[in-house]
Amino acid sequence: MMATEHLILRVVAKLLIPLILLFGLYVQFHGETGPGGGFQAGVIFAAAFILYALVFGPENTRRVAPEWLISTLMAIGVLLYFSTGAASLLYRANFLEYGVLSTDFVAGQKLGIFLVELGVGITVSSVMIAIYLAFAERQGSG
Amino acid sequence: MVVAIAIIRQRSLIATVMLSSFFSLLMAGTFVLLDAVDVAFAEAAVGAGITTVLLLSALVLTSSVEVQPLKTNWLALVLTIATAGVLFYGVSDLPTFGDAAAPAQRHVAPRYLEMAEIETGIPNVVTSVLASYRGYDTFGELTVVFTAGIGVLLLMTPGVRRRKTPKKQDENVT
Amino acid sequence: MWILGTYNYWIFITLMMIGLYIVIVRGNLVKKIIGLNIFQSSVFLFFISVGKISDGTAPIILHDGGEAIYSNPLPHVLILTAIVVAVSTSALALSLIVRIHESYGTIQEDLIREAERAP
Repeated sequence: MMATEHLILRVVAKLLIPLILLFGLYVQFHGETGPGGGFQAGVIFAAAFILYALVFGPENTRRVAPEWLISTLMAIGVLLYFSTGAASLLYRANFLEYGVLSTDFVAGQKLGIFLVELGVGITVSSVMIAIYLAFAERQGSG
Repeated sequence: MVVAIAIIRQRSLIATVMLSSFFSLLMAGTFVLLDAVDVAFAEAAVGAGITTVLLLSALVLTSSVEVQPLKTNWLALVLTIATAGVLFYGVSDLPTFGDAAAPAQRHVAPRYLEMAEIETGIPNVVTSVLASYRGYDTFGELTVVFTAGIGVLLLMTPGVRRRKTPKKQDENVT
Repeated sequence: MWILGTYNYWIFITLMMIGLYIVIVRGNLVKKIIGLNIFQSSVFLFFISVGKISDGTAPIILHDGGEAIYSNPLPHVLILTAIVVAVSTSALALSLIVRIHESYGTIQEDLIREAERAP
């Protein structure tokens, strides 16, 4: 059911998906100077994958987002957040006190916030993708 | 609000989902008017995007029409109006909309606004509060998202659907 | 004049009650979830409206000099967390509904209750 059906949908999706991914990355890394941040970026990033799955089917999406990868990414984001907090424990400061992660207190804060938001973005996007694909691959009951 | 009442009245579930997506969009617009740009961003992406997609997927996997007749349940209506009355009475003591001297604006918020850029070096105060001042809460929230992902995967991994089990025996995994 | 000054609370209460009504009355499980979402959205609106300061702007520090009034950022943070939690619970609830449908063949609450009572 691929050839000419839904041709407009497929072409428009192919144009839009890279833009959505780019916008998601933009929101993730500019969350500090403008609105945005980890959660919004994660959802937008996942939306690109969901759009792909909607137009091209979940089987094709599985080729770029295999199940082991998505599940691993879900855990990696949480681990990243936790490690950033635990790293400050190694410096004999409180948990999640990022200031000690670098020489300058403010730079340490920036680094900590960057890593933490990255972890949030990774987990949120992979969770959203995993949830949608779980729904899409479920066999209907009639 | 009109949208919300329309949601009550609709029978076709697909139309209800569309209306709820529109409702989320209106909510996002309202948040922008209330200067909550980060929240509007998140609500637009999550409410109008993810929730709608998931609701539609759930509808595809189940039935798509509400079978129950639309009689108005008067007892529930009376109860909700009574609760609304109690809430109105409770709300009468709250400060007026936009009041800058309200207690909610005084204790911690001015300190965050003044010190956030000095202590964290990033202009977006919401992000700095979220990730640094209240970073522990954000960690808990991330765990919630992760748990929801695991829960959905446990419930919904593609498998043979078992219609023979009348009672779900796998409640202990969630 | 406090009636006019607190109109944001009115909207919040009305929305909340509509959401509550949907959850109580409508027997279809998916509609209940939508009603719950309306309820949650009304609470978000309440929080954000409490945080707004008249003539304020978004709490992103601007560098064009001069004093600016910023709206309170703290409710925004709380609501951001709440939105994400809301979508997580909705996703989990929807997957439960799908499984219920497969077990019972319906998602009407009263029909499910009858099926539970029968054998």
